[in-house]
Amino acid sequence: MRNPQLNKHGELQHLLTLDGLPREILIKILDIAAPFTEVAEREVKKLPLLRGKSIFNLFFENSTRTRTTFEIAAKRLSADVVNLNVSTSSTAKGESLLDTVDNLCAMQADMFVVRHASSGAPVLIAQHLQACGHDDIHVVNAGDGRHAHPTQGLLDMYTIRHCKGDFTRLSVAIVGDVLHSRVARSQIAALKTLGVPDLRVIGPKTLLPTAVEHMGVRVFHDMREGLRDVDVVMMLRLQNERMNGALLPTAQEYYKMWGLTAEKLALARPDAIVMHPGPMNRGVEIDSSVADGAQAVILKQVTYGIAVRMAVMSMLAGN
Amino acid sequence: MQIPDAEALCRELADQIRPHVTPDTALVGIRTGGLWLAERLHAELGLSTPLGAIDVSFYRDDYAAKGLHANPQRTDIPCKVEGAPIVLVDDVLYTGRTTRAALNELFDYGRPSRVELAVLVDRGGRELPVAARFCALTLSAPLAASQVLELERTADGTLSLRLTDA
Repeated sequence: MRNPQLNKHGELQHLLTLDGLPREILIKILDIAAPFTEVAEREVKKLPLLRGKSIFNLFFENSTRTRTTFEIAAKRLSADVVNLNVSTSSTAKGESLLDTVDNLCAMQADMFVVRHASSGAPVLIAQHLQACGHDDIHVVNAGDGRHAHPTQGLLDMYTIRHCKGDFTRLSVAIVGDVLHSRVARSQIAALKTLGVPDLRVIGPKTLLPTAVEHMGVRVFHDMREGLRDVDVVMMLRLQNERMNGALLPTAQEYYKMWGLTAEKLALARPDAIVMHPGPMNRGVEIDSSVADGAQAVILKQVTYGIAVRMAVMSMLAGN
Repeated sequence: MQIPDAEALCRELADQIRPHVTPDTALVGIRTGGLWLAERLHAELGLSTPLGAIDVSFYRDDYAAKGLHANPQRTDIPCKVEGAPIVLVDDVLYTGRTTRAALNELFDYGRPSRVELAVLVDRGGRELPVAARFCALTLSAPLAASQVLELERTADGTLSLRLTDA
């Protein structure tokens, strides 16, 4: 079976997940993103690549940062962007996902950027487009359920490469709620593909997937032990709704055990960088002094996210 | 065809440009061959304005047909574009499409007071109304479309022209 992300020439047709994405395509996206970072410094922050293309942002789940950066990226490529507000859309009136897609195809859509609470929704759309013969319409997964958030994973890889260079000499720790995190899954897939030799996940047993070690990671339940000598600390957001279940004690207790403080960060390498996909819960998973500290690259991640999304969209639209 | 000596052409081109250089003249080279040439001209002409580099990958007119296949590099224009006299430098002038793309990109940085084109070789075969103000060599007969003429640079920085049949 063909990789559903690739066209018959082996080029990227959709970006659905980083799991199983060929290494050379992943590297190519990072390489192409580099010159896009420079566009933000120009008088005219616009390139003509996607002139005349219509991109629909289909966000069935709330998001501010991801939707905004996708919108900025598409606009800097000169595309026409339509944001579908789901609370006022036909979905609220009972229209099915694929009927919504068919209607937008009838409006000559060129690309869908999809965020959905259900894992697999972007794949479903991609398969539906293929079945309908719409080979020239592209799908970008902007986060689906617990499955994947590939552009976040890519911008994290771009940030690490920018700050640290060679992946094959790094120790990387992912800390927090891996169980519910599509970001963590995309990060793990990409870091394994890029050859990170020491990949660790750190978190309470209740927030790590069972048999997570089969993903090729080392598991730590003691944060101090897990952070020792790492080059990169990737924090995950603790979703507030997890607090209500039986998975966790109180936010204060989580902070004490798993929150990243200056004292715990001191166990990592002195030049270690601290990353967070946002939005941050200060005083829960990360202390303000660390979030605003010299080792944090959290706002760089946001900036690079625009360039990486420009690279993805311009690669897709050209294939 | 006798392959011309790129080093001699480079000196010839510098001599052509030299009388027209003003204190605010800025050079912008088109990656990759044009940038090598621009680096050389920048040194030979002793310009004080910083050298610019342009990569036209994002402005090419064949993106819709060919996609982003080349490996794009940074466009880096540290010199002032707004109101400045710019000399755009490329190694070989052919269809004029690269020049068109470079002009579009340049104008996204500001409105130059004038833009002039300097090339080592004009190989003929224009598809757009583009002409070089400075040109070290115009081939007497245009090259066939199957032929590729490009600038090469050795590790020690020597420039040479190479003609290949695709």
